[in-house]
Amino acid sequence: MGTPDLTKGATAPVPAAGGSKKFALRGSGGGLSKNANRGAVVLALLFAVLLPFLFDPTSGFINDCVLALAYVVMALGLNVVVGFAGLLDLGYVAFYAVGAYSVGWFASTFYSDASVHVGVNDFLDKLPGVHLNFFLVILLAMILCAIAGVFIGLPTLRLRGDYIAIVTLAFGEIIYRFAVNGDEITPFGDAYPLTNGQQGIGPLDKPQLPFMSEPLTPLELRPWYWVALGMVAIAVLAVVMVRDSRLGRAWIALREDEVAAASMGVPLVKTKLLAYAMGAALGGMAGAFLGFFATTVNANSFKFSFSIFVLSMVILGGLGSIWGVVLGAVALSFINYWLIPDVLNTVPGKIGLDFQLDQLSFGIFGFLLVIGMVLKPEGLLPERRRKIELTEGVGTDQSLEGSRA
Amino acid sequence: MSDEPNLKKDADPAAEPASATGTITPPPEGKKLMVVDGASKIFGGLVAVNDVSFSIPEKSIVSIIGPNGAGKTTFFNLLTGLYRPTYGTITFGGKDITGTRPDKITSLGMARTFQNIRLFGTMSALENVMVGQHARMKSGLVGSILRPPWQRKEETRVREKAREMLDYVGLRPQIVEEMAINLSYGDQRRVEIARALASEPQLLLLDEPTAGMNPSESENLTQFMRKLRDDLGISILLIEHDMKVVMGVSEYVTVLDHGEKIAEGLPKAVRADPAVVEAYLGKQG
Repeated sequence: MGTPDLTKGATAPVPAAGGSKKFALRGSGGGLSKNANRGAVVLALLFAVLLPFLFDPTSGFINDCVLALAYVVMALGLNVVVGFAGLLDLGYVAFYAVGAYSVGWFASTFYSDASVHVGVNDFLDKLPGVHLNFFLVILLAMILCAIAGVFIGLPTLRLRGDYIAIVTLAFGEIIYRFAVNGDEITPFGDAYPLTNGQQGIGPLDKPQLPFMSEPLTPLELRPWYWVALGMVAIAVLAVVMVRDSRLGRAWIALREDEVAAASMGVPLVKTKLLAYAMGAALGGMAGAFLGFFATTVNANSFKFSFSIFVLSMVILGGLGSIWGVVLGAVALSFINYWLIPDVLNTVPGKIGLDFQLDQLSFGIFGFLLVIGMVLKPEGLLPERRRKIELTEGVGTDQSLEGSRA
Repeated sequence: MSDEPNLKKDADPAAEPASATGTITPPPEGKKLMVVDGASKIFGGLVAVNDVSFSIPEKSIVSIIGPNGAGKTTFFNLLTGLYRPTYGTITFGGKDITGTRPDKITSLGMARTFQNIRLFGTMSALENVMVGQHARMKSGLVGSILRPPWQRKEETRVREKAREMLDYVGLRPQIVEEMAINLSYGDQRRVEIARALASEPQLLLLDEPTAGMNPSESENLTQFMRKLRDDLGISILLIEHDMKVVMGVSEYVTVLDHGEKIAEGLPKAVRADPAVVEAYLGKQG
């Protein structure tokens, strides 16, 4: 624990945020650092918007950027559940699945017996099946995921810590089984199976954006990138707003001491379910986008490893820290989609070893996580509260019995 | 009489202290804020609270005392909804609140502090008090994201009120943004009371608020409790070990021992009650 802050005497005034970084709270910061922060954010944003012009529109790098941005939204969503509310969710893949399948259900020829067309271009208008507008599908995916999030959250309400992880883990696995065997699940008639099993659903509709003559295709990746960037902006804005609100405070209170929070008027069930719902909705948004981007829904992509991948982003970046999570997501997705397969993949071959590096991806992630936890256990850009919780043992959840006289 | 001499083990085990009931003088007539009728709490084979009836008049300060393990805090947890009574009913402000969730009870106008301070350690004093106003706020998930004008107004109002509450309990304005774990013990006690008051209670429950305080701090707190009742017109239920505080401030005292009510009445009468003396000091002779 670094050097103790000696200005903490009973009578000394509290130094300004700049003076005692370790103890300063967000929002109490001095004007200067805030302005500097704002400038940095604007510059970073400008760079992010203009980045695709530096590359070819079909460049693999832009492709990786699009994926990274989608993962940022995923990680921000999981951060609401795990980082803010302290509910360790290991079944986050469920929302990727529901989000992606929403695209299969509402924007493809999968249900060819039906004929529903809402806000789509002339080409899709003539196709059989359900074809909804891109934004409508994203919105539906978010709503469905929020509902799914509440359902997955319900059985965990009476549980704490690791036990929540076990139950959500099971849900993640159940969702995968549903995806694989969904071709035989037909609650709405034989023509409307839940999924297409191992064959997957495809091709999915190409999103048609307003003010664009042609729908988005894999041949022109820049619009995809900007859509993804817009989603990240919305997601960041939403989580920042919620964090500094009544609900955000209630989540932290609940994470630190459920009994005290309930006694202060925080309804535990509703507050926890809202965390699950918001996290799931963001997961659904990113899931639907990834579905569109991949042009097919493949049941095999909804495996447990996905949950761990996103959770690693959150933990490596800094549990509860919004910018940390953004950084963690960008870093890990680039390592996964660019550094390992594109840059270092052939290195083992060159030094005479008989394998490719991408066969080791999960080993590499595990290694990075261990290194990260040893060097910076609170994450790359730690959140102040979490850091203190880690170092001083606050919020280790005293049980009710502990308070009995 | 100073400390809490728990000399129970010295008592003759053959004697039946639980049945040694002393004077029971029912509280004065008048409007009751809270009425507990025959509340019991049984944990497996342990009867923690046994058939306790009890009432709190409006705008009064009443106390529950008893030796360690008498079931005082369990009784407290029954009142605040953390435990559901096994038997009996609890009425608050004319409403049956038996088995109601703690957060609902808080929004009905009951607030508490804890024996071992339970502030939200990594939140600032101000934020802690703002959480106390949770039940008095409306903004939800969508409101928080979209921030319509009424939501911003609410946020500003709550922040201002939190500052006022902290000022009222005597926290120096320089340290309201400080994280709770960095505050001194006395200041943490203050913040906890401010957090409870922020929920606009009609009944404030204080669980051993003077624990760990020196005599002059205890005296200050006693003064403060009277001020609270007179300023805000609320009732206060106090659990205390410090007899000086209890006798000085309470209008009415209930004594628990082994989960049962063994005496009830004015402080003077309770203090002289042989059953109470026995519960605290063990059987004499």
